[in-house]
Amino acid sequence: MLSVNQVEKSYKKGGLFSGERQKVLSNISFECKQGECLGIIGESGSGKSTLGRLLLGIEKPDHGTILFEGKSVDDRKARLGNISAVFQDYTSSINPFYTVEQAMMEPLKLQGMVRQEAQIKIDLLLYQVGLNPSYRTKYPHELSGGEAQRVCIARAVSTEPKCIVLDEAISSLDGSVQIQVLELLKSLREIYNIGYIFITHDIQAASYICDRVMIIRNGQIEEMVKIEQLKDVQSAYARKLLQMIIT
Amino acid sequence: MKLFKLIWKDKLAAISLSIIAVTIIAGIFAPLFAPHDPAEVNMELRFAPSSWEYLLGNDHLGRCILSRLIYGIRPSVLWVFVALAISVGIGAILGFVAGYFRGKTDAFVMRVCDVMLSFPGYVMILAVIGILGVGLENILIAFVIMKWAWFARIIRTSVMQYAEADYVKFSKALGVSNIKIIMKHIVPVALPDVAVISSSSFGSMILQLSGFSFLGLGIQAPNAEWGMMLNEAREVMFSRPEIMLAPGLTIIIVVSAINFLSDSLQVALDPKLMTSKHKLQGQTVASSAKLQGKEVA
Ligand SMILES: Nc1ncnc2c1ncn2[C@@H]1O[C@H](COP(=O)(O)OP(=O)(O)OP(=O)(O)O)[C@@H](O)[C@H]1O
Ligand SMILES: [Mg+2]
Repeated sequence: MLSVNQVEKSYKKGGLFSGERQKVLSNISFECKQGECLGIIGESGSGKSTLGRLLLGIEKPDHGTILFEGKSVDDRKARLGNISAVFQDYTSSINPFYTVEQAMMEPLKLQGMVRQEAQIKIDLLLYQVGLNPSYRTKYPHELSGGEAQRVCIARAVSTEPKCIVLDEAISSLDGSVQIQVLELLKSLREIYNIGYIFITHDIQAASYICDRVMIIRNGQIEEMVKIEQLKDVQSAYARKLLQMIIT
Repeated sequence: MKLFKLIWKDKLAAISLSIIAVTIIAGIFAPLFAPHDPAEVNMELRFAPSSWEYLLGNDHLGRCILSRLIYGIRPSVLWVFVALAISVGIGAILGFVAGYFRGKTDAFVMRVCDVMLSFPGYVMILAVIGILGVGLENILIAFVIMKWAWFARIIRTSVMQYAEADYVKFSKALGVSNIKIIMKHIVPVALPDVAVISSSSFGSMILQLSGFSFLGLGIQAPNAEWGMMLNEAREVMFSRPEIMLAPGLTIIIVVSAINFLSDSLQVALDPKLMTSKHKLQGQTVASSAKLQGKEVA
């Protein structure tokens, strides 16, 4: 469904006239199948969020291609309703002037759903993420972190996309809420058969939900393993990462 | 409407808003409000004190000071507002484009702004007047030329910060078009900032225009303008200081009102003040209950 080919990305470093560029991602290639959950794990600064932005089509890669069902993700029309996202910072994930309802209405309207239908859908989605309909009229600053993140998840699944990129979606929540949200993601996946790209630096969370994980280091793929084989990873770096958790 | 209610709660802001509203209405319908012709010379009434017919007295040519103040609203406030609106408009368009699209557009617009801003403002306005000649229009043109870059710069900075927000990223990922994102997510959120900076510079522009008119560079006699009225009063500053009072106080009051309003606008436009409908209804019920309680007690 999603196929990434030889992707490279670099950012300009320093001022206006310095031509120096910092390479953030190099030679990234992988595939993600329909309904699969792929974890992307790496240290801070390894380029996970950058990769996430490229997958979402928000930024363009310098080289290489990212194809979604055969079409480039750069193409707005190809993405429309098929790809969605949940970000780490729930405080800025919802427009501060929008109510929960208005925020959730945006993707639905974009799909051309009529208002009444959308209203019913919003109620259903809120129920599915464990919020009651009274939340519709609340503003983002009136929500707790967990509630806001649930709204973001509900908004992301509302268009029944084929793929959702979750960039550290649970990292800023506390332990028990993290598990709740993970459970929620699991159950939604069963309902809608959505594929997740789960970006995190938390191997435990990744192993809880993912089918496969990709370990990324300094912008390069270090290793790609099935979750059942996570214990016998090959590369030294991956082993070291795992060891840090076990001890 | 909500915004209006919020401002109305703040006493000082409510007074300021009323003063500004009255000023604007009086300025637009000046012929209806002014008791006399502002240019009517009446030498017998030279420096006459206030009377029932001439509420604020008469100036050195026996003209009605109140009428001149009311007619002076047009150049001093309304035309300044037009100049402000044009320069904010230009600044906003460039600022939104530069702040949202970044990259080369941004670099180009900002370098042009840098160049514009590196001219000393007052000197440049004087230079423009020197080229175009004395007159209100020319000062206003000079204002627009000199101020848009400043607005563009500030609006761009504020837009940039909002364009980084995750809800913008989400909309982009969904496939919403850039124009729609700007109109739906960036403009409403950046509007409070724009309102605050433009209202705060409104006050200073009124002062500047009055300053230039005081120097005799602005509107020409016999038209009324607050700065020019001050200038005329200056000639008799020691023998009749009270003539300065009316235009001086008017300028101070109007500019202060604008500044107070801009301060409270900043507070009132904070999205954190918005509450969900349920709560708001609860509040209004509670407050009306309180009111009734007061009446009983
Ligand atoms: N817009 C940008 N301009 C310049 N450099 C950038 C930009 N975005 C990211 N970088 C650089 O790219 C590198 C990778 O950043 P990225 O945000 O992808 O890391 P990350 O793996 O998501 O880290 P974290 O776990 O802390 O979120 C960093 O060194 C960062 O400085
Ligand atoms: Mg990141």
